Amino acid sequence: MDSQLYNYWLVILLMMTGLYALIARGNLIRKIIGLNIFQVSVFMLYISAGFIREGAAPILSPNVDVYSNPLPHVLILTAIVVSVATTALGLALVIRIKAAFGSIDDDTLSYSSGDSATELSIKTQKSSQ
Amino acid sequence: MISEVIDVALLAMLWIISLQVIFTRSELTAIMVFGAFSLICAGLFLAMGAADVAFTEAAVGAGVSTLLMLNALRRCGTDRCNSSRRGVIDIRALALTGVTGAALIWGTRDLPGVGLADNPVHLHVAPRYLQASFDEIGIPNVVTSVLASYRGFDTFGEVVVVFTAGLGVWLILGSGKRNDGKADEDE
Amino acid sequence: MSDDIILRIVGKFLIPLVVVFALYVQFHGEYGPGGGFQAGVILGAALILYRLLFGDAAARKAVSPRWLRLQAAVGVLLYGGTGVAGILLQGQFLEYNVLLTDPINGQHLGIILIELGVLLTVSATITALAYTFSADSEEHLSDPQVDASSQSDQLRS
Repeated sequence: MDSQLYNYWLVILLMMTGLYALIARGNLIRKIIGLNIFQVSVFMLYISAGFIREGAAPILSPNVDVYSNPLPHVLILTAIVVSVATTALGLALVIRIKAAFGSIDDDTLSYSSGDSATELSIKTQKSSQ
Repeated sequence: MISEVIDVALLAMLWIISLQVIFTRSELTAIMVFGAFSLICAGLFLAMGAADVAFTEAAVGAGVSTLLMLNALRRCGTDRCNSSRRGVIDIRALALTGVTGAALIWGTRDLPGVGLADNPVHLHVAPRYLQASFDEIGIPNVVTSVLASYRGFDTFGEVVVVFTAGLGVWLILGSGKRNDGKADEDE
Repeated sequence: MSDDIILRIVGKFLIPLVVVFALYVQFHGEYGPGGGFQAGVILGAALILYRLLFGDAAARKAVSPRWLRLQAAVGVLLYGGTGVAGILLQGQFLEYNVLLTDPINGQHLGIILIELGVLLTVSATITALAYTFSADSEEHLSDPQVDASSQSDQLRS
């Protein structure tokens, strides 16, 4: 029974890679890429759960007995479209942040020394010139 | 047996590819690697019998998402990761993801094996949809009949989400170039 | 320049094929893999390819952003309208059995209508996203210094 759980473990490894890219690396676009990797591996988890080894794709045809479970497929179709919507909105916000603050780097954007928004944008524009 | 080996090999290859997203310095490389990741995932979805999902993932993940990221990268003007901690692994993030991963793997010990036909998830309402779909709705593709008819309300919410995302991007970024102070096309 | 010509000629040949393929996926989504979402993304990809090959001005003349906004809203309205039509014919919301006299034909009509709504909304949104993200400059975004200082003043007061 243990040998049939390898799929889940590898998918969880992928999820944690995406999570690490999301919370560790410095650039906002890299974080959104990490978020997308996380989302795609969650989809893989659900599709693995709905998979039947001898089953075919859930399209009814006369000489097939066993079909894969269609319900996770429906759920993941919705989730894929929602993920592209989220990615588009996140990237639009990143563009806006770049226009407003001059930088999308995590270290520059974090308010570690208590800067206000005005001082931060002045500082990044001065440092880029 | 062969299909298990193929699944495990493809997933391991996916993991090695996804490490590139963390360790590469160029943003362009990260986006291209993400495109390849999506495409291999689409192949894996097909290997697991999910034809519609593979279609959508290939079109959306390797197509639209990669295009949007490339355009955002062009507008942000960043080619190299400017973080001051280049090349150093973030220990706190690594510890957090390690703990989360370990907890998730410990949680999967209760799950039944992958691919068995008598898993509880296959015995609840899916057989009813598979058997009654042709009599009640009359189309061969069960995923479309579930998506459009049995669970049509969820699909309505999904269409509204897509519309809202378009609306949000219009509001955040505007609908395009303005010409010399003339008002935008809609007003 | 010669690469440009090759791309344009091949594009003129391929873009109508992509549009026809999108419509094929849309209408055969009931018999094989496919459906509204996939067809919408493929149709959006055809329009994005046209924009990449022939430039922003030509793409805006072919499919203007005003039309895309209208199309996205019409798609959602079509979907909701099918649901409300079920209520008006003494059924429930999104019940397709009451749309025609035969329930199975009613299901077919309902599914065709909502997949059409999904196609309209998804293709319009994907194309509009690409138009917006590919805009050449951020001159239409307001001056960041003025914005940030006015906002922080408002926050302080």
